[in-house]
Amino acid sequence: MAKAATPIAALRRPAVSGRETMATGVRIAVLPPAERISLRAPAGSIGALSQALGLDLPTKPKTSSAKGGRSALWLGPDEWLVIDQTAGDPLADCASVKALHSAAGVSHRNVAFSVSGPAAEATISAGCPQDLSLAAFPVGACSRTILGKIEIVVLRIGEDSFRVECWRSFSDYAWTFLAEAARDAGV
Amino acid sequence: MTKQPFRIPGAGRLTPAKTARFTFDGKHFSGLAGDTLASALLANGVHLTGRSFKYHRPRGILSAGAEEPNALVTIERDSARKTPNVRATVQDLYDGLVASSQNRWPSLSFDVGAVNNIASPMFSAGFYYKTFMWPKSAWAKLYEPKIRAAAGLGVSPDQPDPDHYGSRYAHCEVLVIGGGVAGLAAALAAAESGVRVILADEQSEFGGALRYESGARIDGQSGWDWAQATAARLAAMPNVRLLPRTTAFGYYAQNFVGLVERVTEHLARPDKSLPRERLWQVRAGRVVIAAGAIERHMVFADNDRPGIMLASAARSYLNHHGVAVGRNVGVYTANDSAYHAAIDLKKAGVAIAAIVDLRDNPSGPVVEEARSLGIEVNHGRAVVKVGGTLRVSSMTIEAKGGGARRTVPVDALLMSAGWTPSVHMFSQSRGKVAFDEASHRFLPGTYAQDCISVGACNGTDGLEATLAEGFEAGKEAARAANGVNTKSPPPLTPPRKGEGGTSVSDPPSPLRGGVRDGGIAGRSPSVDSSESWSGGMLGSGPGAGAETTVKAFVDFQNDVTAKDIRQAVREGMRSIEHVKRFTTNGMATDQGKTSNMHGLAIAAETLGKPIPAVGLTTFRAPYTPVTFGSIVGHASGPLFDPTRRTPIHPWSERQGAVFEDVGQWKRAWYYPRAGEDMHAAVNRECVTVRKSAGLFDASTLGKIEVVGPDAAKFMELLYTNPWEKLDPGRCRYGIMLREDGFIYDDGVVGRLASDRFHVTTTTGGAARVMNMMEDYLQTEFPHLNVWLTSISEQWAVIAVQGPNSRKIIEPLIEGIDISDDAFPHMSVREGKICGVPTRLFRMSFTGDRGFEVNVPADYGEAVWEALWEEGRKHGACAYGTEAMHVLRAEKGYIIVGQDTDGTVTPADASVDWAIGKKKKDFVGIRGLQRPDLVASGRKQLVGLKTKDAKLVLEEGAQIVADPKQAIPMKMIGHVTSSYWSENCGRSIALALVVDGKSRMGETIYIPMPDRTIEAEITGMVFYDPKGDRLNG
Repeated sequence: MAKAATPIAALRRPAVSGRETMATGVRIAVLPPAERISLRAPAGSIGALSQALGLDLPTKPKTSSAKGGRSALWLGPDEWLVIDQTAGDPLADCASVKALHSAAGVSHRNVAFSVSGPAAEATISAGCPQDLSLAAFPVGACSRTILGKIEIVVLRIGEDSFRVECWRSFSDYAWTFLAEAARDAGV
Repeated sequence: MTKQPFRIPGAGRLTPAKTARFTFDGKHFSGLAGDTLASALLANGVHLTGRSFKYHRPRGILSAGAEEPNALVTIERDSARKTPNVRATVQDLYDGLVASSQNRWPSLSFDVGAVNNIASPMFSAGFYYKTFMWPKSAWAKLYEPKIRAAAGLGVSPDQPDPDHYGSRYAHCEVLVIGGGVAGLAAALAAAESGVRVILADEQSEFGGALRYESGARIDGQSGWDWAQATAARLAAMPNVRLLPRTTAFGYYAQNFVGLVERVTEHLARPDKSLPRERLWQVRAGRVVIAAGAIERHMVFADNDRPGIMLASAARSYLNHHGVAVGRNVGVYTANDSAYHAAIDLKKAGVAIAAIVDLRDNPSGPVVEEARSLGIEVNHGRAVVKVGGTLRVSSMTIEAKGGGARRTVPVDALLMSAGWTPSVHMFSQSRGKVAFDEASHRFLPGTYAQDCISVGACNGTDGLEATLAEGFEAGKEAARAANGVNTKSPPPLTPPRKGEGGTSVSDPPSPLRGGVRDGGIAGRSPSVDSSESWSGGMLGSGPGAGAETTVKAFVDFQNDVTAKDIRQAVREGMRSIEHVKRFTTNGMATDQGKTSNMHGLAIAAETLGKPIPAVGLTTFRAPYTPVTFGSIVGHASGPLFDPTRRTPIHPWSERQGAVFEDVGQWKRAWYYPRAGEDMHAAVNRECVTVRKSAGLFDASTLGKIEVVGPDAAKFMELLYTNPWEKLDPGRCRYGIMLREDGFIYDDGVVGRLASDRFHVTTTTGGAARVMNMMEDYLQTEFPHLNVWLTSISEQWAVIAVQGPNSRKIIEPLIEGIDISDDAFPHMSVREGKICGVPTRLFRMSFTGDRGFEVNVPADYGEAVWEALWEEGRKHGACAYGTEAMHVLRAEKGYIIVGQDTDGTVTPADASVDWAIGKKKKDFVGIRGLQRPDLVASGRKQLVGLKTKDAKLVLEEGAQIVADPKQAIPMKMIGHVTSSYWSENCGRSIALALVVDGKSRMGETIYIPMPDRTIEAEITGMVFYDPKGDRLNG
């Protein structure tokens, strides 16, 4: 049987953990781990799932909703990325929902970066073909898109602040790309 | 040397105190801040700057802009930063600049290669096609190394590029290409409405032709001052991005335009954080093309001598840089604009030897002004000959119809055959040009994208009309962006311009309508005075006609003469596209900026056809050369391609593992111990796994969570196997086919619940299997309530394999009974290991008892370490992908993509047991019935045992039945997998062999370069054929 329990957090070794860099007009930092689910559901289930998750699942492309430390990002007509930055467990919250849906835990699949500062938009625009201007991509806007040669999810959390998520094994690439792009983004 | 003998005090806009030193071919010179390399050389009286491409003829500075075909130099910042083929006319001077000429040896003024000029009949049009035909052996020894070395321009740098390059995607409602009068007016009008505007211009300062158009006055100030004030006004607007030193080089679909910004090329000591260049990929709502026009040279004998240049260039050097291109200057023209150059030079104190005007009766204010300044004007005459080789020394004038000749000494000769609208970007946008008979110009005709050409590139002449057209286009673009659709899209037919004579007449151009207020704030600037540059001629001038053999250059960069064009026609080229390729006219980096229209006119004349019947060649991207660096951008070094590492990678690295590349992944290949080579390490790992146990990092496996009430139905359709009756908690080896019946992927699938499957795929197949599943779900089976989620990176996977595997995991597992009765082979359970959640599979890819421990990725390394500690108690090892391959081959387990190649069916690979016999449908079921797939004679997967047990076959080696047959032999198959198996004490191999399954025990042969190897066809299982060890 199991040995004396080690605190579970001590066993966790996130990728690119703790990295942070500054360049003119932009700061890039790796964000702490968060709980995440990939949520898929037809329109008829949105009400029940929203209730269970405690926020309104957005239904318009390129939008997100947030409540407390939890955000739901519209990624497709029946697809959301739910991110919980507090102690919540969105997978457990959905487990009780009888309405048709699929919730798969992807907390460890993604790594998140914060890209902030007046040159944040230019930094991401080095590799992302999305129009990230405030008018086209206001605070709360999100998109599954690309950064250089990898897929990312980008969420605008402030006028000059973004959250960028990518898959774990691409995090070193994403970090290197953003740090490289930051060099001339604000000059 | 600091004196600049040709700098005229008081002329130009540069500050005399701000000097910059530079060298050209090792000689020291000085110029001024704001100079281009070309203007600085001219200030020092240097015209000779290079040798031509083919004939090695001495060449000088022709232009003052991007169209420069001659003055191509190498700029060297240090040994790694050598840039060849830089146009001296666009290279900003900086202190310490080091430039050298190209294509000459031993020196620029004495060049051995110039013998090509004497031997030029050999090198005429089509030379390459005619010469490089035979003998074949000459290719390697002569043609490639020698002739290619003699031709060509600068030398590529031979060291890695130490610079970095920026990259930016940008979006705007209005992109304005070109920052001359029309572009500035368009940008201003659009910007004032608040929409996002990007204005790009290839020069370091905005203003375009206002740089030298001394007659222009706008809003009460000089044209140049207005341009600078306008640029400053635009720069202050938050919705405007001004990009000087930025060339729009490519116009792609849906208004996607590539711009390259030269960020540091003009700086003496660039900030290291700055990229050398930055690529802008712009998506624009509307593109306003304000690319201007390019002045044409006159085509006459030896028109390429250094000192012979475009009239507008001389004017630019005078009015902007304060440099006189000579002290006694001749002018040869067929239109008015060259008169302005003569007048400006004369007023600056430069002697004008004579103006030679091809037109019979030139008249009008500029002609009168020239005469009143005392300049000799010869009309109806031509320059038929020039003196001088390294520098023009005289021009010989003759009446058009022939007669007495007169030679006049000159030290520079300015020429102008008229202006060619720069339709490059319009043509790149797939717009069709139309020939304007009245002005003999190709103008934008039918538009293909949401763009509009304004100003000189649209054939609009005169400052007022240009300004008005630009301003209106800017306002209209902003209106369109704001959703006010007050006007139709860009015109589908070109507006007729009534300004140009066919060859040598030029009635004044009517100005197009004034500016109407469209409801957007802003007033069009008003023009106080301007110049008219219409008219001109196309083709060769007198003395360079069909009856002559003189070298009258059409395309300077590619060394194409009027004679070459005529020869191409005589040799059967009818289409201008063929003429272009036969002669190389307008090809390569030059893209025919100065040469296209002349070449076309000569071809048309020779063919006896009108110009539009001969057609115009297609303009191709890039407009001017673009460095590979800027196209690559950040994608070099570590960012060339993502390198993916597993959560357990750091542990393997600490253990000294050797890694192999598997797609983008780094996978631990083997874990050598002190003194071990690969062979020894792999042997030890293979033996240890079967004797005790081994740990293997299988995290790269693709994983897909298939969830929903119809999950089993979906699996039934995507895989050959039956799934409906698989109990939750059990696993199955699944095979996926393509529609054609061939194996696409395989993997173990666990059913976690009635509505939830954990599917694994091959490492390489992860993304494409997910895509194929999603594709079928959305297009073929949209009625199914099931969803797919990639969980490849959610779970780290640790394979624990071998007889001691249960003992190793047992102490760490919580909440799962892992006894054989409760947890038999091919089972899956959810529980905990080391206190973290796990999806625990009982499965084997070695043939021994085995488990695959899935844990959330961030826990992977810690759980691996805990398992490693347990494993060490039992003598277990870590093993890599090589041992994994050997162990599975010992059991005859296939690897999709190695033992299959997209033409192998389940029956061919002996895995047809995995096809649900009662199933009525799955992807590939009909493909499997195809006659070819059920016929005999198919290649089937079998085992091979070499007669010499020590001999390991080469993977990919071909197999024959009879080694004595004549070459080429009939090949009946090939080796797909081959290893030394320490566990079997011999080599083992798998192979695809025609009818292999019915050839058991037969001997086949593998012919190799040094010998022929004998092998026996066997079954695919080399080890533990009964499979007892799965529970051993």
